[in-house]
Amino acid sequence: MARGVAGPEIERLIQLLARLPGLGPRSARRASLALLQKREGLLVPLAEAMRVAAERVVVCSTCGNVDTSDPCAVCADPSRDPSILVVVEDVSDLWALERAGALHVRYHVLGGVLSALDGIGPEQLDIAGLIARAQDPAVREVIVALPATVDGQTTAHYLTEALAELPVSVTRLAHGVPVGGELDYLDEGTLSAALKRRTAV
Amino acid sequence: MTDDTGAGPRVTRLLLQDFRSWATLDLAPRAAVVALVGENGAGKTNLIEAISLFAPGRGLRRADFAAMARHGAPGFTVSLTIEGVYGSHRLGTATTRAGEGRTRICRIDGAPASSPAAFGEHVRLVWLTPDLDALFRGPAGDRRRFLDRLVLAVDAEHGARVSALERALRTRNRLLEEDGEPRWLDAVEREAAELGVAVAAARRETVGRLDGLVAETQDPASPFPFARLGLEGEIDDLVASLPAVDAEDRYRALLREGRGRDRAAGRTLTGPQASDLAVRHGPKDIPAHLASTGEQKALLVGLVLAHARLVATMTGIAPLVLLDEVAAHLDPRRRAALYDELLRLAGQVWLTGADRGLFDELANRADIVAVGDGRATPLGA
Ligand SMILES: [Zn+2]
Repeated sequence: MARGVAGPEIERLIQLLARLPGLGPRSARRASLALLQKREGLLVPLAEAMRVAAERVVVCSTCGNVDTSDPCAVCADPSRDPSILVVVEDVSDLWALERAGALHVRYHVLGGVLSALDGIGPEQLDIAGLIARAQDPAVREVIVALPATVDGQTTAHYLTEALAELPVSVTRLAHGVPVGGELDYLDEGTLSAALKRRTAV
Repeated sequence: MTDDTGAGPRVTRLLLQDFRSWATLDLAPRAAVVALVGENGAGKTNLIEAISLFAPGRGLRRADFAAMARHGAPGFTVSLTIEGVYGSHRLGTATTRAGEGRTRICRIDGAPASSPAAFGEHVRLVWLTPDLDALFRGPAGDRRRFLDRLVLAVDAEHGARVSALERALRTRNRLLEEDGEPRWLDAVEREAAELGVAVAAARRETVGRLDGLVAETQDPASPFPFARLGLEGEIDDLVASLPAVDAEDRYRALLREGRGRDRAAGRTLTGPQASDLAVRHGPKDIPAHLASTGEQKALLVGLVLAHARLVATMTGIAPLVLLDEVAAHLDPRRRAALYDELLRLAGQVWLTGADRGLFDELANRADIVAVGDGRATPLGA
């Protein structure tokens, strides 16, 4: 990176911001300048919000969501339908489905998909946690909402087999979710439609 | 001719910047047939390669995009103006050096296109290059790649399916090698079976249609002998004889039974990656590889022209046809017949050749362009 125009403290801020998804060095520079120019209105409250979040952030020991309480707000919400579990690859997928608002249910974050070529095996994913939760008699259906990639679908087949002995029905998102499309990038309408047209496997 | 569905899209302007040997080029052809004449190394093939970038994949040389920028240039730009029944459209593709890597940019009418697949709305391409001369007697892998390109020109999803199948099979081979968990192996074989049957079914559909079209339009007087096409492979037999769901079950069972054998081989021996495109010389009813070299070339030309007509019929877009160094290998009688056939195609045709005399029979019916010294100069027809 070119030598900065600002002091090392500001350069550090820029470098950290540039690591965020969707930001590069140029946009990180622009964002930093905006923060510095709005010190009282933006920078100080943001720093405080980040400090509090950093102090309180926890991974939900039930579903794998990221929140400030364990169990997370989703798991603790008594109004959610206890009969359905939606399996997702990442927290970003959980948040995307929540944003779509198609179902008022609970989730299970796998933490990835099986990939022999990238060295990710069943033991690196929270499959044991999923099987334990699916044994709860209240759970009747597990919706596998994994990407339509080879790895995503292989993982879906694997989970279908792993859950086969339990009295739950395993369903998949309807086709029409593009190959390689990650849930996080789908618009809310497509997501809701795919959820509603899910099929038994 | 009955298969003439009106004028297809034509390239009316081709702009190159820093593409291979070309620093700049601005060519505005007018005719339905464009013949590029120049010495070997003059840049004729580079020019039609630039056009081929608007098809799915990496162009007619299957090269890396990084290798296509002119020596010392940070990237290249290719822009086509296409005129057809739906008006005039500008298609552009370029690579730039952004950060450490190179990025490919695609634009349609000045607006960013989501992916190169979007070009398929405006243009389809079919080509024949000298490296296909040995297609019938060479390795089956070359014929499979040729076959998959035939399918891809009419079914845009085929490329994604083929690469997904490759990944599934590589995953399976890795699991066999590492003695992976059986349930995991089951899961990947299930995925491979779904993809394998989808790939085989798409191939079967295109081969069936192409064979049908060839049979329908065969002309005993044509110097291009008609070809009979078929698929050879265990999975192709399954797909031909069973409904898709049963073919998947059967292929999955074959994969399971073949684990020991495939582990020893280090690869998966059954499936679309082991199929072959079987071509026969129709009039003589012999396998194509037993025909003479000249007959093989004529068969191939006939096949590519039939494919161009199939693409036009199935997609509604008559493809641009790129024929690299095809004329030189035909005797004068076949050459004259080729030109007559090309002029009957709905789509624009681009030909290359080292000798202007090769294109004498096209006089007044084509744009003849002299290529050399980094320039392309239209010659009076
Ligand atoms: Zn939770």
